[in-house]
This record gives sequence, structure tokens and C-alpha cells, in this order.
Amino acid sequence: MRDPRCFGISACTTPRGSMCPKSRNNWQSVCNPYNEDKVLSACSIFGMMDTSGKAFSGDRVFRAMANMHDRGNGLGGGFAVYGLYPDHADAYAFHIMYHSQDGRTQTEQFLDTNFKVHLSEGIPTRERPDITDAPKVFRYFVSPKLDRTDPTPPSPDRGGLGRGDEDYVVARVLQINSEIDDAFVFSSGKNMGVFKGVGFPEQMADYYRLEEYTGYIWTAHGRFPTNSQAWWGGAHPFCMLDWTVVHNGELSSYGANRAYLETLGYKCTMFTDTEVLAYAIDMIMRRQKLGPEVFARIVAPPLWEEIDRMPPDERELHSALRTVYGGLLMNGPFSIVVANHAQMIAITDRIRLRPLTVATKGEELFFSSEEAAIRLVSPELDEVWTPMGGVPVIGRIGSLPTPADSTFRSEAVI
Amino acid sequence: MSLDGKVGPVGPTLLSGDTMRSDNPMGRDLKSRPIGPDTPVRTPALPGGERRERKASDFKIRSNRLTEFAVERDYDRCIKCEVCIRQCAFDVHYRDEEEDLIKHHEEFCVGCQRCSVLCPVDCLVIKQNPAQYRAHGSWSGEHVKDINRQAETGGVVLTGSGNDKQSPVYWDKMLINASQVTNPSIDPLREPMELRTMVGAKPDAIEIKDGKLATKIPPQLQIDIPIMFSAISYGAISYNVQKAIAEAAVELGTMYNTGEGGLHPDFYRYKDNTIVQVASGRFGVHPEYLNAARMVEIKIGQGAKPGIGGHLAGEKVSESVSITRMIPAGTDAISPAPQHDIYSIEDLRMLIFALKEATNYRVPISVKIAAVHNAAAIASGIARAGADVIAVDGFRGGTGAAPKVIRDNVGLPIEFALAAVDRRLREEGIRNRVTLLSGGGIRNAGDIVKAIALGADAVYIGTAALIAVGCTLCQKCYSGKCNWGIATQDARLAKRVNPEIAKNRLVNVIHGWSHEIKEMLGGMGINSIESLKGSRSQLRGIGLSAEELRILGIRAAGE
Repeated sequence: MRDPRCFGISACTTPRGSMCPKSRNNWQSVCNPYNEDKVLSACSIFGMMDTSGKAFSGDRVFRAMANMHDRGNGLGGGFAVYGLYPDHADAYAFHIMYHSQDGRTQTEQFLDTNFKVHLSEGIPTRERPDITDAPKVFRYFVSPKLDRTDPTPPSPDRGGLGRGDEDYVVARVLQINSEIDDAFVFSSGKNMGVFKGVGFPEQMADYYRLEEYTGYIWTAHGRFPTNSQAWWGGAHPFCMLDWTVVHNGELSSYGANRAYLETLGYKCTMFTDTEVLAYAIDMIMRRQKLGPEVFARIVAPPLWEEIDRMPPDERELHSALRTVYGGLLMNGPFSIVVANHAQMIAITDRIRLRPLTVATKGEELFFSSEEAAIRLVSPELDEVWTPMGGVPVIGRIGSLPTPADSTFRSEAVI
Repeated sequence: MSLDGKVGPVGPTLLSGDTMRSDNPMGRDLKSRPIGPDTPVRTPALPGGERRERKASDFKIRSNRLTEFAVERDYDRCIKCEVCIRQCAFDVHYRDEEEDLIKHHEEFCVGCQRCSVLCPVDCLVIKQNPAQYRAHGSWSGEHVKDINRQAETGGVVLTGSGNDKQSPVYWDKMLINASQVTNPSIDPLREPMELRTMVGAKPDAIEIKDGKLATKIPPQLQIDIPIMFSAISYGAISYNVQKAIAEAAVELGTMYNTGEGGLHPDFYRYKDNTIVQVASGRFGVHPEYLNAARMVEIKIGQGAKPGIGGHLAGEKVSESVSITRMIPAGTDAISPAPQHDIYSIEDLRMLIFALKEATNYRVPISVKIAAVHNAAAIASGIARAGADVIAVDGFRGGTGAAPKVIRDNVGLPIEFALAAVDRRLREEGIRNRVTLLSGGGIRNAGDIVKAIALGADAVYIGTAALIAVGCTLCQKCYSGKCNWGIATQDARLAKRVNPEIAKNRLVNVIHGWSHEIKEMLGGMGINSIESLKGSRSQLRGIGLSAEELRILGIRAAGE
């Protein structure tokens, strides 16, 4: 139910549209001020990868995003960059936004207690007259303490979080985000980082001085939420360890997906469908170690009548995927670009209700909501194609996808 | 004409279907009144205008009960064809030889409308008796009639079918969402729309090795629609009706449930669409029976009569029923209230695994419970006891026979029970271990969509199926005299149901519902039924209290 300490309730004097510093878990109520089932939004998405692993500047990404300006409405823009911190490649790089000094103090105490902090610093930003209300953003390079005790033991019923470093980091990030007021970790992977906020993506690029960075994968997002509230943490990309997702669309199955994930121990608090996608990625690809091809078959499965026609082994596998992971079928329009340190993946919903264009040029791979944005920054392309709904397009270090991989639904893809 | 001798005096009987028709000493007392059974009265004018003097006792067994139904016969239309006489197993209609007229005993009428529908000249109107006792805010006519019935017999008032009280139907207080602009709705006539459902336990994760499935998935029951026919035993219903339901299940790609009456030898041919029940009476349970089925269901309780057993009167135990149930013909088939080998949850676990052993772990094992106040905790125990499926049956569910006071007062609406059970299983992280079936009050496709959004995987329908076959809810199933040939073993009545026609009607209804479900799914912008499951945000409550909304886990309309 609505937090009475938050917007629009007489007890709270904070004006609409700005941060309510006193409310507990303010980011929950801020990103969903009207207490909707979920926050609706549409978007532009873009991804660019050099499959040779060579880092490049993001200027072409910024121009491409600026070209899709009208797909967003200035209420959210962001970027994920891989290969960002080669000098600290073994440390988890936390990007944290603070809305109060108190939030920062508490968070830094928490980090000192639970992690070895190698370096902490403010993230450099550039003053812009059109960026107001910006939270303070800091980054920390941390490693889990070796003598740690895990305060939340894994629950056997939920296939729960284990005791490895990654699970430890995930649990601590979720703890900061849900328990410390005015602090939000929005990036937590190694040698990568997310930069995002309220504004058009090209404004965000300038604000965060992204021209100063290089990376071998860039993903980007321009947001068009249908309410006027905006919160820096609610922009894309969403990040969990080094997995990020940018998402265009609205999951009509949000409620069912959320119910399924919450049963398995995830806690959906942000009321965005991107959040359930992020948790699904975490559960399937990171924790259960199923690859992106299988992930695509789970979130955008073949029709039963297609499964019925498959050879026996495949039929058994696909039938099992639908039977076991029915709650993760992402129904309704979406196109997403998912990335981690090794790969960049694009998937659309199975009946293809959102746009996605794929292109290659040399070793470069492009994913975009619009072909025009790719053509703008790379006029001559080797291949350009529109992948089939539900079929993943995967770029890995050393391997480019081809149209043949994804133009037709290949039943032997797994 | 006298009915003396036709209906003998009936003493106090427990669970007697004849409680309604007993002779009654109070009737005799009426003799001393100014107008009594022997007081000469004038009959309605005959077509020729002639009137004859008759005595009241020629027409009616006296009681101080008002008849429930009024029979209006248009004598201008009546052609005395006697269809009504032949159709009524309750002997309402008779030919008055003396006057050469068809007449009726309204007090026997159960309101099933068989005569009215079949009258070739439409001369009959059966309606609620307009005559009522003096209005009283606390004592309805029904209360008065029930007391009188029991004053006559000392028995339990029996009834059939489902709870007919005005308790809130929460399905009617929930509204379904649809897509506009931000996500497109999907047109099921042009796009695929999937209703296939897997019934069985689901692991939380699977493993894949070398592109092949490396996890053993527990046995699943595949149904093409999220609708199954719920348990109705042969014995409670006729051979023809069970056959029609089984054949409809085959044609629809779904399942029917034998109920607790065993599986007739002829019906083994439908085994791929059969769920068999193991209930407290263990009627007809043997290895061949268990292994014929695609799912075995342990019946702990039934929504219409939680906490009590069942009683099939000896009159309904025909030779064929006796063979199927493995009991002597003509004997009462009494199901004890509990399963006498299950006095606790660990006993249930043993029976679940005994059945898994007996069926070589080939089929899911279901446990059916009535919706009761602590259903959530019970369901959690059942899931942990190893059941693959939990069926929860709400208090508006039907029955062949139940004490009226239990049918109308014990249990919970399925909407609450379903919401509570689903929530508990999710909170405990074990929801995926079981499939949740819900039944007992599902009336149409809208109810089904709401049930699945509240958390059901699929629904059971019983009463709706019988209505499709011809049931008019007269609630006299326990009498064995179903005029529509459904809840009877009387060959003369049972042959009124043509299994082929009945099957087609069942298939038609479920086809219609499937289309409607697809339209609603498409409206919500989803093209597969699993994307609706547990999606309570697709529902809003209208006219519900904050407490009711909280229990259902939904928000108010407009919110």
C-alpha cells in the first residue's frame, strides 16, 4: 500500500516530483508514486559491441541515441559500459547514488563492515543547467571480506542464495537498496559500470562525461515512462553484478512473472517489468547457469504446436522448459539487450511486438530499436537484418552472429 | 381417488431421501377442521362448464407445508397426451379417469421443468408457489418448511446440487483488466493463443547436458485447456452421463474424474483421459483401476459437505454399479467421514507414496480437500507430504446428496480458499512443487480467468457440466428420480440422456468457454495461459471491503 510518508499525502510536505528524503525505501515510492501495478514505459534501445574485445569510445552510441530522441521523453537515459575499469578489473565496482549525506555515511559504514574497499571516489560529472535534482554519485571498488559471516543463510526451500562471492555481493546490494534510506546501488559488476539518470540519454552522456571512457560493449537506453515522476534509479540499464539489461516494452505477463520470481525468493520492489527481467536473467543465466539460448527459450518459448513437431529429445527439453519455467514466459511486447562481460544478447518477444534491428560491420555488432540510428553512425554495413521473434541474437568475444542464426526460428538452436 | 397406500408412513429416518414425502399425522388432524380432506369442494369448471363435487382428500396428502411449486395447466391447450405423466418420476401428474382430465399433485413437484419443457402444446407452467407464509425477516418460508419436514420425519433434511444461498459470489465482485495503447491486445482469431496446461509437480530448476534434458521431470498430466471435469461417480450419475463426460474429455483433450464410484469396465477405453479417485469408502479401488488412470486423486473432502462422508442409497446400487464399486447390489454405499487410514498428515504421506508405488511413479497424485478455514495450512502440509496436485473444492460445489445444513453452512467460498492457499504456498516458496486445482462454483469462462489470475493452474467443473447435459438444478439428486436422466440409475429415466448428444453439448460449452478465455487473454495482451497464473494485478475488486480485498490479494477497482 502507499507509503503515507510519501508524495501527495498531507503529512508529507515534499513537492511532487522531487525526492522525499524522509521516506523509508524512498526509491520504491519514488519510482512508483501513484502506486500502480507497474510503471509503464516505452523506449529506445541500442547496443554496440566490438567482438574482438577492443575498447572504443562511446561517441557513436551517443549520436545513435540522440537520433532516436523522440522514442524517449527525457525522463530516463542511461548506458552500460564493459571493459570500463581495466585497472580495477578484479574488484566489484559499485556505483551508488545518494540523496542525503546520512545515506552516504550509513552506506560507507556498511561497505567498511562487509567489504574491503580498495578505492572510493565521486563519479565525475559535468554541470548542466538542464540537469537538476541530481543525486550525488559515488563509486567504490570493493572485494568481499574473507572472514565474513553471512547474516542471511540460504533457504533450502528456495534454491536460495548460496555462499559464493557473487551471491554475497548480490545479497549485500539488495540489503543496501532495501534497508538504507537514500542510497541506491545501481551498478555492481567487475570492470563495467552503469551510468544513468533522469534526462535524455545524450544529456546523461554529457553529464557523466562518458566521452572520457572506453569499453568493448556499450548498451544504451532512452526512456518514455507514462507518468511524470522520474527517479534516477529507475532509469535503465538495470544491473545485477555484471549483467545488465535495457528493455523496450511492457510485459503484459508482469504479474505472473513477478509471482513466480517472488515464490523463488526474489523481492520485486520497483514495479517495473525490467526488474522482473533482471531477476529472470540472474536466476536463469547466473544462478542456474543456463545459457542465453536457453534463456531465450524460457522467456520467449516456441508455441506448443511447434514443440509437438520437434524430434523427441528436443521435444522433451522444450516441453520441460515450458513446464518448469512457465512463470518466466515474458508475454507481451518487449525487445531487450542483455549484456555481461562476455556477450551481448538481443531478444524480442515471441510474436515480435517491439522493433529490433541487428547489423554487423567488420568485427562490430549493432542492436538498435531503429535501423536509422545504426546507419547514422555506420553507413556501410556488412549485414542488416530483423531477427525472428523469440530467437536470440548473440555476440560473443570472437564470434559475430549471422542472419542465418536468427532469421528463421531454428529448432536445433540449443 | 385416494393416495392412501401409495405412500406409506415413514418413521424417523436418517439421511432418507423420502423425508419430503412422508405421510403425516397432522394431515389427519385436519379432518376435525371446518374444511378438511373430506369436506366437499367444487372442482374447477371442466371444459364443458360442468362441475363435480369432490373431496379434498381425493387430491392431496395434507400437511401444513405450503407446496414449493405451483403447477398451472391450461386446459384449453391440454390434449391429454400424458407426456407429463410419463415424464415425471415424482408422480406429479395423473389422469383423472372419472373426469377424463390430466391433473396434478403440486406437493410432489420439484420444479425440474421436465414436463413443462416436453409438453407438446406448452400447456404447463411450473413456477414458485406464489402463496407464501406471512413475511418474516428472520423466519423465511424455507426455515418453516424445513422444520415442518423434520417435525414429520425426525430426519436430516437432505439435498443435492450446490449451495443455493445468497452468500456473496466473489467472482462477481472481481473485474478483469485489458490492454490499451501501452501494450497491444492480441486477436485470438489471427494469432496463436495457448491454453495447454501441465498438471503435476514442477522442480525449481532443470539441468541441460549436451543439449539434452538432464533432469527428471515429475510426471505431468497434459491438458489442452485449463478445465477438467470434476469427480462425479458412477452411481451418483447414470452410465450414459459418465460416458458422455468421458467422451467429451477425450474430444477436448482434457480429463474427467471417476469420483469415488470406481471405473466401469466399459470405461477403461477412456483411460488416457481418466482421473481415478481413492476415497474413504475405497469403492472399486484395485491395481488395474489405479493403473488405468493418468492421475490418482485422494479424496479427503468435498466442498459441498466438508467433514462428512457420503451415502449412496441402496436403491441406486444397481447390478452394474455393484460390479463397479465392488459391493453387493442393493446395499447402501457408505463412505466414512475420514479416510480411516489417514488420521494425520504423516498418514496422508504414506497413502500418497503407497499410490505412487502402486502406479510406479508414472502418474501425479492429487489430494482433494474441501475449502475450510485453515485450508492454507492444510495445503502446505499436503504439498510437503509429497502430493503433486492439490485440488481445493469451494462450498458452492455440487453433490449428489448432502445434509442441507452442511451444504449451506460449512466451508468457504472457493475464491477465498484459493487466494489463501496460493499465497501461503508462495510465501513458503513451495508453490511450484504442486499444481493447484480449484473447483466448486465455477460457472463460466469469466470465473475461470479470475480463478487462474488468483493462482489456480486449472479448474474443475461439475455442476456446469451437468447443466450442459440437461440438469435444471432441482436439487433432488439424492432421490434417484432425476427426471432429466442424470442423477439416476433407473433405466427408464437414464435412457433420456443420449450420450452422443450429451457429449456434443459438453464439447460445445467448453469450446465456447475456450474461445472466451482466449478473447480475455488476448485482451490482456498475453497469448499463453501460464502468463495469467497468479497475476492478481489483472483483477480489481468492486464492492469489497478492505479486508476482503486483502484476503483476495487484489486492489479496489479504480485504484
